[in-house]
Amino acid sequence: MSTSTGAAASATSYEARFRVWRGDADGGGLHDFRVEVNDGEVVLDIIHRIQATQAPDLAVRWNCKAGKCGSCSAEVNGRPRLMCMTRMTDFARDETLTVTPLRAFPVLRDLVTDVSFNYEKAREVPGFVPPPGVAAGEYRMDQVDVDRSQEFRKCIECYLCQNTCHVVRDHEENKTAFAGPRFLMRVAELDMHPLDAAAQAGLDRRRTAQEEHGLGYCNITKCCTDVCPEGIKITDNALIPLKERAADRKYDPLVWLGSKIRRRGAASGPGA
Amino acid sequence: MATGTEPPRAPSPPARGTGASALTGVRSPGRAAVAARHLRTDRWWLQPAGTAAGLLAFVAYSVWRAFANADYYAAPYVSPFYSPCVAHDCVPMKGGADWDVFGGWWGLSPALLVLIFPLGFRLTCYYYRKAYYRGFWASPPACAVAEPHAKYTGETRLPLILQNVHRYFFYFALLVAGVLTYDTVLSFRDADGAWGHMGLGSLVFVVNIALIWAYTLSCHSCRHLIGGRLRHFSKHPVRYRLWGWVGKLNARHAQLAWASLVSVAVADFYVYLVASGVFGDPRFL
Amino acid sequence: MTQPERSQWDVVVVGAGGAGLRAAIAARESGARTAVICKSLFGKAHTVMAEGGIAASMGNVNAGDNWQVHFRDTMRGGKFLNQWRMAELHAKEAPERVWELETWGALFDRTPDGRISQRNFGGHQFPRLAHVGDRTGLELIRTLQQKIVSLQQEDFRETGAYESRLRVFQECTATRVLKDGDRVSGAFCYARDSGDFFVLEAPSVVLATGGIGKSFKVTSNSWEYTGDGHALALLAGAPLINMEFVQFHPTGMIWPPSVKGLLVTESVRGDGGVLRNTEGKRFMFDYVPDVFKEQYAESEEEGDRWYDDPDTNRRPPELLPRDEVARAINSEVKAGRGSPHGGVFLDVSTRMSPEVIKRRLPSMYHQFKELADVDITAEAMEVGPTCHYVMGGVAVDSDSAAALGVPGLFAAGEVAGGMHGSNRLGGNSLSDLLVFGRRAGAHAAAYAGSLTARPAVDDVQVDEAAAEALRPFSAEDGAGTPSVPAPDSPGAQAPPAQAPPTEAPPAESPYTLHQELQQTMNDLVGIIRRAEEMEEALVRLGELRARARRAGVAGHRRFNPGWHLALDLRNMLLVGECVARAALERTESRGGHTREDWPSMDAAWRRVNLHCALADPAGTLAAADPERGQIALTRRETPPVRPDLLALFEKEELVKYLAEEEFHE
Repeated sequence: MSTSTGAAASATSYEARFRVWRGDADGGGLHDFRVEVNDGEVVLDIIHRIQATQAPDLAVRWNCKAGKCGSCSAEVNGRPRLMCMTRMTDFARDETLTVTPLRAFPVLRDLVTDVSFNYEKAREVPGFVPPPGVAAGEYRMDQVDVDRSQEFRKCIECYLCQNTCHVVRDHEENKTAFAGPRFLMRVAELDMHPLDAAAQAGLDRRRTAQEEHGLGYCNITKCCTDVCPEGIKITDNALIPLKERAADRKYDPLVWLGSKIRRRGAASGPGA
Repeated sequence: MATGTEPPRAPSPPARGTGASALTGVRSPGRAAVAARHLRTDRWWLQPAGTAAGLLAFVAYSVWRAFANADYYAAPYVSPFYSPCVAHDCVPMKGGADWDVFGGWWGLSPALLVLIFPLGFRLTCYYYRKAYYRGFWASPPACAVAEPHAKYTGETRLPLILQNVHRYFFYFALLVAGVLTYDTVLSFRDADGAWGHMGLGSLVFVVNIALIWAYTLSCHSCRHLIGGRLRHFSKHPVRYRLWGWVGKLNARHAQLAWASLVSVAVADFYVYLVASGVFGDPRFL
Repeated sequence: MTQPERSQWDVVVVGAGGAGLRAAIAARESGARTAVICKSLFGKAHTVMAEGGIAASMGNVNAGDNWQVHFRDTMRGGKFLNQWRMAELHAKEAPERVWELETWGALFDRTPDGRISQRNFGGHQFPRLAHVGDRTGLELIRTLQQKIVSLQQEDFRETGAYESRLRVFQECTATRVLKDGDRVSGAFCYARDSGDFFVLEAPSVVLATGGIGKSFKVTSNSWEYTGDGHALALLAGAPLINMEFVQFHPTGMIWPPSVKGLLVTESVRGDGGVLRNTEGKRFMFDYVPDVFKEQYAESEEEGDRWYDDPDTNRRPPELLPRDEVARAINSEVKAGRGSPHGGVFLDVSTRMSPEVIKRRLPSMYHQFKELADVDITAEAMEVGPTCHYVMGGVAVDSDSAAALGVPGLFAAGEVAGGMHGSNRLGGNSLSDLLVFGRRAGAHAAAYAGSLTARPAVDDVQVDEAAAEALRPFSAEDGAGTPSVPAPDSPGAQAPPAQAPPTEAPPAESPYTLHQELQQTMNDLVGIIRRAEEMEEALVRLGELRARARRAGVAGHRRFNPGWHLALDLRNMLLVGECVARAALERTESRGGHTREDWPSMDAAWRRVNLHCALADPAGTLAAADPERGQIALTRRETPPVRPDLLALFEKEELVKYLAEEEFHE
């Protein structure tokens, strides 16, 4: 196995150069550290070593250290990453690593940012509407029908997509109008849920995607997909399909006509 | 609590010297004070620069060829830029798609009448949008690299809201691809119209039309219309299967976009070479 | 000192994992104004790490399953030490709790006929675990989180404020449960980001803080698992039970060192993964204990046939309960048949196609690829035991989840004891969270509603709690007159190193203390235990406790992880002592408690629960004398199992667990 080389390599620790942003909302800057790196370590290990040996009050948010909780989001050499999933072997040993907090959100302290923007946006998306008349335990869904929404539910809410999206990263003023990739994907997830009864309840998720969550701000430049640590195809599988669904109801008379005819022909269920 | 689930407090007034208007985006008040617009150390500019160079090269070539109004037919080959040829003064094409539907008043190159459709299809294509928003508009130039614009409204208003018409161009693109398929079939006749011919040009055309179809069918609008718009795949097994195939193609949409862009230019250039007499079409059959 | 901000609630839930969120939903739906306080961001709880599934006898895959079978498996897994009424309620209510999640938007993997798919797991007789690939915990948390958001949206429509009836205080820590006489009156808390103190006044407090794994060096648990709820209960006067039972999950990653302990889900074995030693032998066939002989395959051929035909074959011994597998791996490594990094091989690559592996175990594929550079579709994983779960916890009433002796205090999830006996089956944790989270929330709301007057918060207790929380800032000041740093004055507190008073010993680093504590627990109270080692552990814990009094931190109160860790140390030390003392006391081996000097299970111990309580409840935790412990143990006899539940077992099986006299009762 490849790991058997690891024991021999464990003697190969080295000293790395780090530049870590420290400060708070009133100001701050990059601080230099020289710190030991051992075999198999990730950036978060090094930040923890700095904390344990050189800067005990260095603030960093983390939790599972396994890429499952999405807490340790930061920017490493200018790229939004999960620190726990960024291996030191991705960098040359003589490279200086620059670690800063997420730059789209207000900073609280050191590497910790105020991500409440995301919680505010989460609240603006109406949740799953259970189908009336179907009791708990009676839900029947085919695997092929839940596959798409399940992909989106892999999201660990690390907010790297929200952070990297230039719509809000580069334009603070758009934060009110734009929900960001994560929550547009949530709308797509619910719109593709095989049993969501929003339409019966008078809620048009495609309309709200466009009019309330700012779908039109997205110019599909795909940075959200690039940074997603879960490998979710946010742009191709959620945002573009959502744009197409919005186009269905608003811009495509052929589809509109088709649905009119079908509706008159027979009372097929909503959304086919 | 400050990391509450409540909306963030209004940003505090700018603390650092310069006027408030200068402090936007990643340098907004309240965000971590980092002067640099980005801290990327890789060659992030390579991709947008390459994209811009590639697209510019194609635009330059196609403008020259589209306005040339010459050397676009060398029996049995017609340049994909000029097919279907719907103006009055088209070169006669022996059973080809030279349909005089526009009449004699059109004095410019007939290519302009048809190119508008593939151009519109590609201009509103989700992949090309990404490519030119990044490459030409720098919006954003690359991920986590600050864009230079002070204001951004995306595709929420005119003219960019028109990007939503992509699917109409898709419908037209199907027609254009159909005509180019017809042209490709005709390329298996010789200059006198007899079947059984095959030249290097026929192969160029076959490759080109294959890539055109692959690009057209891998389109996101196609993926949506073929099945993506359904809520219950389980009730539409055939469309579900088609959706799966289109999805596989769609994953390569960007590569197909470039490959078909190159192939269409190559096909046109081949016809130009043959038509202008630089080169004789090698025949296999 | 500025007075901490106070707010009034009916129910305060400490912890926002599966149990906490389910409790909050139940409390809010019972009409109680509910606050949730959690150390991480909302939605990041350790529950997201649960991979395998939620055990519930829905019978979707094998119609033979029902609550009685589930109950039986749970009791067997816990070696009959379980609080049987909890095991009964759990088995009966789990299916409803899972189905309910679907009405809140959860999307489980499906069977061909569209129902919730269920998978095999260690110790479960039938395929029973509702799952979503191997990220079931994430689905659970996200569903509960989104349910809470939709309740808040409902409140917004009715009252104009999202948080009028249900509020989440994220990135905050509770350090004390406040009391009015015997009864709960609220919780003292600090915000991790600002360092500000605040008081949540409430007649009911639900503890849902999870486990204690961060007291051990090799653990699958996250930083949050510092035994906060266990300590809060102890300090409030509620006893803990079964603290000697700590589950070591058999399969944790062992390489690279930085991820040592990270979990490798049991689904790997449930789906066909096998364990081999360096000789290539499937050694688990040598480790089937007598009590399980009838239920497990005797040959590799039979075990392999079981995956396709479970009705006429017995399951492979890789699927024995976790304690058995963990001990077996430990023995193989000790016998020199371990893998290069000191574990054994877990292999799926020779048993499933790469496509199937990637579809059924996507997170595992990802985890090994990203973190260890191992492609599990092509090579074996190296795994070894890792501290995973504590069966012990707050002693609670089975039906109401109320803590014993402290009216208004409730506990649910991992922090509550009893449900799993001496060993928890995989998949029973997520169902436990849901079943008892809901019960705790509903009963907490009912209790709050039944009071005619709200218990009062005592200012003295608030001041004491504040002083205790600030002590690390004045650690260098030996004599202990805390100067109080204001949250906004970073300069108010000189770093300890700069101005050491002449007599006082230098301040201790909380990071160093934590590492030493973890090493002590891991080495001396770990998977295999001996009396001398545990006695040694108690001495070392005493020394650490004395040193922890001098744990000092630099900087100010804003998001200061050193300070947070210094405060968590109190809890880890308390819990560590509970584990060591109880483990020393129980002179038998059972489930998650293995004594090298007492290797067999003793039926006489089955009816004995060990309760941990503060030795000196009135005293401070000063414990300047390292010798004197803080924990007192008492033995309590458990009530006999109800006859109709006993009747679910064959007599031949019961004689292996129950003492002779229990049959005559």
